Amino acid sequence: MEFEPVIGLEVHAQLRTDSKIFCSCSTQFGAGPNTHTCPVCLGMPGVLPVLNRKVVEYTIKMALATHCRINRENSFARKNYFYPDLPKGYQISQYAYPLAEEGGIEVEVEGGKRRIGITRIHMEEDAGKLIHDEHFPSSYVDLNRTGVPLIEIVSEPDIRSAEEAADYLRRIHEILVYLEICDGNMEEGSFRCDANVSLRPRGQEEFGTRAELKNMNSFRNVQRALEYEIKRQQYVLEAGGEVVQETRLWDDAQGVTIPMRSKEEAHDYRYFPDPDLVTIAVSDAWIEEIRGTMPELPLEKRERFLRDYQIPPYDAGVLTTSRALADYYEEVVRLCGQPKVASNWVMGDILRFLKEDKRDIRDCPISAAALAEMIRLIEDGAISGKMAKEVSEEMYRTGKPPQTVIAEKGLVQITDEGALAAVIEQIMAANPTQLAQYRGGKDKLFGFFVGQVMKATQGKANPQLINDLLKKMLA
Amino acid sequence: MELYSLTIHELQEKLRAGEVTAADILDSVYQRIDQVEDKVHAYITLMKEAAQAQAAAADTAIRNGDIKALTGIPIALKDICCTQGFTTTCGSRILHNFVPPYDATVVEKLRASGAVFTGKANMDEFAMGSSTETSSFGVTRNPWDLTRIPGGSSGGSAAAVAADECIAALGSDTGGSIRQPAALCGIVGMKPTYGRVSRFGLVAFASSLDQIGPFTKDVEDCAILMNVIAGYDPRESTSVNIEVPDYRSFLSRGIEGLRIGIPREYFIEGIDPEILASVRQAIAVLEKAGAKCVDISLPHTEYCLAVYYIVAPAEASSNLARYDGVKYGFRSQEGRDLLDMYKQSRSAGFGDEVKRRIIIGTYVLSSGYYDAYYKKASQVRALIRRDFDEAFKKCDIIATPTSPTAAFRIGEKTDDPMQMYLSDIFTISANMAGIPGISIPCGFTGDGLPIGLQFLGGHFQEGTLIQAAAAYEKTAGMSALIARQKQAKMNFA
Repeated sequence: MEFEPVIGLEVHAQLRTDSKIFCSCSTQFGAGPNTHTCPVCLGMPGVLPVLNRKVVEYTIKMALATHCRINRENSFARKNYFYPDLPKGYQISQYAYPLAEEGGIEVEVEGGKRRIGITRIHMEEDAGKLIHDEHFPSSYVDLNRTGVPLIEIVSEPDIRSAEEAADYLRRIHEILVYLEICDGNMEEGSFRCDANVSLRPRGQEEFGTRAELKNMNSFRNVQRALEYEIKRQQYVLEAGGEVVQETRLWDDAQGVTIPMRSKEEAHDYRYFPDPDLVTIAVSDAWIEEIRGTMPELPLEKRERFLRDYQIPPYDAGVLTTSRALADYYEEVVRLCGQPKVASNWVMGDILRFLKEDKRDIRDCPISAAALAEMIRLIEDGAISGKMAKEVSEEMYRTGKPPQTVIAEKGLVQITDEGALAAVIEQIMAANPTQLAQYRGGKDKLFGFFVGQVMKATQGKANPQLINDLLKKMLA
Repeated sequence: MELYSLTIHELQEKLRAGEVTAADILDSVYQRIDQVEDKVHAYITLMKEAAQAQAAAADTAIRNGDIKALTGIPIALKDICCTQGFTTTCGSRILHNFVPPYDATVVEKLRASGAVFTGKANMDEFAMGSSTETSSFGVTRNPWDLTRIPGGSSGGSAAAVAADECIAALGSDTGGSIRQPAALCGIVGMKPTYGRVSRFGLVAFASSLDQIGPFTKDVEDCAILMNVIAGYDPRESTSVNIEVPDYRSFLSRGIEGLRIGIPREYFIEGIDPEILASVRQAIAVLEKAGAKCVDISLPHTEYCLAVYYIVAPAEASSNLARYDGVKYGFRSQEGRDLLDMYKQSRSAGFGDEVKRRIIIGTYVLSSGYYDAYYKKASQVRALIRRDFDEAFKKCDIIATPTSPTAAFRIGEKTDDPMQMYLSDIFTISANMAGIPGISIPCGFTGDGLPIGLQFLGGHFQEGTLIQAAAAYEKTAGMSALIARQKQAKMNFA
């Protein structure tokens, strides 16, 4: 029997607000344990939460970007469970009345486009973290992360393959980062994902029993975990077994999913409306105000690049992976007027340099203006494409503008016809045998003369000019 | 006349006139505490040294001509109000050593008004109780009869005011915890509108019902304290940002033409006949003074108690989850692992009544029961609120007994939670609806126990309640009656 995977994803994204969701503590990552805390996020007796308006604003941005319906009245609920990283004994989250519902985004797999529905987007607070002592039987609690704002983005079970899941995640990630509401850092936990996956015989409407996958901290791991889990469930079903509804953890080292102990998941969260917080009223005016501040989103940008710059879809895709890269590219194009050449340079050398150094485009030593200038110098014939490779490397290394690099390295191309003709004369005189052979019909020797000219000019001669002159003079 | 027996306004007059100093007043109050505290046990913690420093500062301020609303006035705080640097136990072993690094907003406001804090008053554990018997720190006794309870949960605050161990006090009221002990101790107690007084720094019991309010010896003092503690607080999301009137301006407005609603559901069998008679007599006094009585109905009254005992425990079960032994307060050293540490700490840290309510609250929120209990209760709560909205179209205030009985004997109801819960039958509805209520003395039983009269008003109509209460107090000559009774009956023997 052929099985079809049914996958839904839950993404938790930390919002990049300066302060926490219900108090004014800093959200900065990496501070000393418990230094970004106050009585409110420590859950001390008698203290009360006050909602950070920025959190609502950021969530509305994500809702607009993913075409969700924004609930004009939404509210917080308490999710009750005991754990030392949860100082109040409950997490303030949204349950019955989330901020946004019924949206979706487009993903692309194997050339085809599909819409993946988004069930809901809601706001909540993050929990702290436990640090276990390796040498001593005790654990420490760091509550810096407690109260850092999160949004949870829940997809519909519309995803049909591990690859599609990975693409969906990349798109969500891209939007969050584009909106500048999440830094997208998966290692620091700013962007996390859980997956629900089940199989059903192809053609069947009804869903199979699902497993929930956790502990996948990269796009690649999400894809690997899903691929593994799909196969695992397939084996179980083909062997006539039944999939158990459970939570499974991805074990990266072994490349398998393993069941979580059932005790750890037997939770009844006893959600109920949080009486300490009032209903959040979202006015049309507020939504429109926020809509006015929305940047162009990746999909829109990609389409515009295709249209305006006439570059291949692949280029448009790469150049719009981040807002900063797209801005860089557009600035280069604006200054040099050559979209495809600019794309080649940005996608080729620039991205390669940055990748080697693990640098962001925002920290690129070659400014967009400098790159555009270099492209113009190639166009003007001041330097050859080959020389430009050397120039760009030097520009990246030193941060100097192209003219400076060219001057320092003495790289100016010889475009003076008279000077070059004199060089050629000398070479012809110095190589009478080869000249005679060439003239006798041995065409291959043309390359020998090109090489000699290049050697004599230390590669600075304009290749086109060499060609033209040689053809004329050797004949 | 001893200074401790005076009211805020009387003492302020003397302070202004330079007849007494804040230090004199505090000395007098502490003398009284030394005399009677071992019999009454109104306090969990006394703050004498800090109070002396506050009194000295008050005297300096007075010498500089800077007299604020409460300058030099000794006030007791229910031990549910967080006090920076002073233990705040909430009457519970689980918080026996908790010292907050912050003041509750009301405490800040009292400080800013020049008040002197005598100490932290005893209370039922986490404000769960109607007798102050569930405190982990011993029972408070009713100053009118030491064999009886002072009411609860703010029994320590009420007893301290009644026994003159402070001039006024703050309490908190979730289902009647200010009004019922005020009635049983023969003093004035007000529960303001939900959102009128900040809950920041009030250790939460049931967040949608809790409200802080004053205990005072007369209605004028109630207005003075309300002027200080009412108002918007940006640190509390349910705090309401509307202007606070000068409550003292309502004191002498009289009662002429005021429409008093008499809800038929509150004058029923089961009320002590002496109480019923006294309250009816009080209403007659008001009518004679020019008030108009209107017969009204609050049809969902019979569900109040049931709804309360779903909503309040549900919220409490969540609010009290933070007492887990991890961060502060009591931690059992017996725990073998994390779960066991939770269980041992909470089992030993909480008393029976608190555990009972945590279990009820957990149950009504549980998957499969939520709709039948919590959700249904929330719906009925909306109906109760609507009853009052309808009623206040016909009347300005509502008059009822505060409590169905006078102070009962210590131990009398501890084994029967249902009987105990019935103590709040007339007060709970105001919390359900979020409206203000006041209890004022209206007489005494044959045994010399105080009886309370309750007025309820529409949202943010505290002024009208003060107006009616002040008019009644004056017309009935209540202050003089209480003084006479005190002289005759309150002997601490």
